[in-house]
Amino acid sequence: MFASLVLVLLIAAIAWIGASVGLAPLFGVVLPYAAVLVFIGGMIWRMTYWAKSPVPFCIPTTGGQEQSLDFIKQAKIDCPSTTWGVVKRMFTEVFLFRSLFRNTSAEIVENDPVNKGPRLIYYSSLWLWAFALIFHYSVLVIFIRHFRFFMEPVPAPITWVETIDGIMQVGSPRFYWTGGLALVALLFLLARRVWNYRLRYISLANDYFPLWLLLGIVCSGLCLRYFDKTEISQVKIYLMGLTHFAPVSAAGINGLFFIHLTLVCVLLMYFPFSKLAHMPGVFFSPTRNMANNSRRIRHINPWNPPKQYFTYPEYEDAYRDAMAEAGLPLEKQPEKAAE
Amino acid sequence: MYNAKAVIIGIVIFVAIFSSPFWTGWIGQDYTKTGVVLPAGEKECIEDTEFMRAQHMRLLDEWRDQALREENRVYESALNGKKWVISLQNTCLKCHSNYSEFCEKCHVANSVYPYCWTCHIIPTEGKR
Repeated sequence: MFASLVLVLLIAAIAWIGASVGLAPLFGVVLPYAAVLVFIGGMIWRMTYWAKSPVPFCIPTTGGQEQSLDFIKQAKIDCPSTTWGVVKRMFTEVFLFRSLFRNTSAEIVENDPVNKGPRLIYYSSLWLWAFALIFHYSVLVIFIRHFRFFMEPVPAPITWVETIDGIMQVGSPRFYWTGGLALVALLFLLARRVWNYRLRYISLANDYFPLWLLLGIVCSGLCLRYFDKTEISQVKIYLMGLTHFAPVSAAGINGLFFIHLTLVCVLLMYFPFSKLAHMPGVFFSPTRNMANNSRRIRHINPWNPPKQYFTYPEYEDAYRDAMAEAGLPLEKQPEKAAE
Repeated sequence: MYNAKAVIIGIVIFVAIFSSPFWTGWIGQDYTKTGVVLPAGEKECIEDTEFMRAQHMRLLDEWRDQALREENRVYESALNGKKWVISLQNTCLKCHSNYSEFCEKCHVANSVYPYCWTCHIIPTEGKR
């Protein structure tokens, strides 16, 4: 955990120092282009890699009654048997995190009055679901809001999103709820790894690093907006230069902006090779994208070699004379077969 | 590749979404300068240019609280200690009197719409 934190701080420090000693072209031009190329190229590689992997078995996760006799009610979303059912299940999974909603926590209660002794109790645990949902939707809104830096004129829908996001009109510049909520949700996701000792035991650097990285991005972004500001017109001129492939000098932009930008670039480059690739990964999960119809449709393992069949007529053709000699019953007698 | 058709559609959607900062920028026009016109004939602002460009919104927010809640109408410049009257209408807009050539230039381009003008009057000098 601390190694990941130190790594993120180190990246931030390198960006800060780099930008202040005149390496702004490196951190402001070369790195963003490289990051975007690595991100898009890496994700395409990752997706084709997954698409090329055969699925040997029909393994959808079943969360309810499968399709059976007509009078038995099927759990249509949790155990879909058609492609349309899979689409519905995928929709609820992607937009509502339905499977996280089923999350439970197990706890052993000593001296339970029902058992008159220790008893294992499962509780519905919705914290992870709630904060994961808050985080992902906040990031979506933040992503959409950033298009004010990429487009001129700014389209009206982006202004509407900003109006709703800052509807409480707190402070100047207006406080955006999604920024604060993303920070709170990330802190929860980190705290749960730290304080839940079972989770802490299985948490690795590749769990902590993305959290610290995202925290670094969100914190530097919030700082740039509310505390140590920079002139956003200049930032927009610079970003429009990047997207129009005519980079302009980034001189005069606050060093904190380069920390924000560099951390985003690191995130983009890290994305395809990490657990964050669950973004397209959910669509490639056989446990989610297959219909539970294995009793109706045979699933052929694609890596099975072509079968060498030896059918009975072929067998009889091969051994007919010997079989007739031994007096075994034949479908075609030797004189018939000779015709 | 299995399910090639669906996968290729997915990859195209992915690339379209995540390259959007690059292609959406071409829909409108480029943005290479703010086009702000500074008031002619005025030499000094209450603070230096860099501070005003980055921090004016915080300053205005503080001024509002100072004037309306603290009844303090005197602001001392951190630049040279000069005293200014805390007033948007009478101090800021005295020089920055052309809304469409000053405020609007950056605010519209960056989609920043503060609620100054729910109480104050938009300066309409010049073409509006």
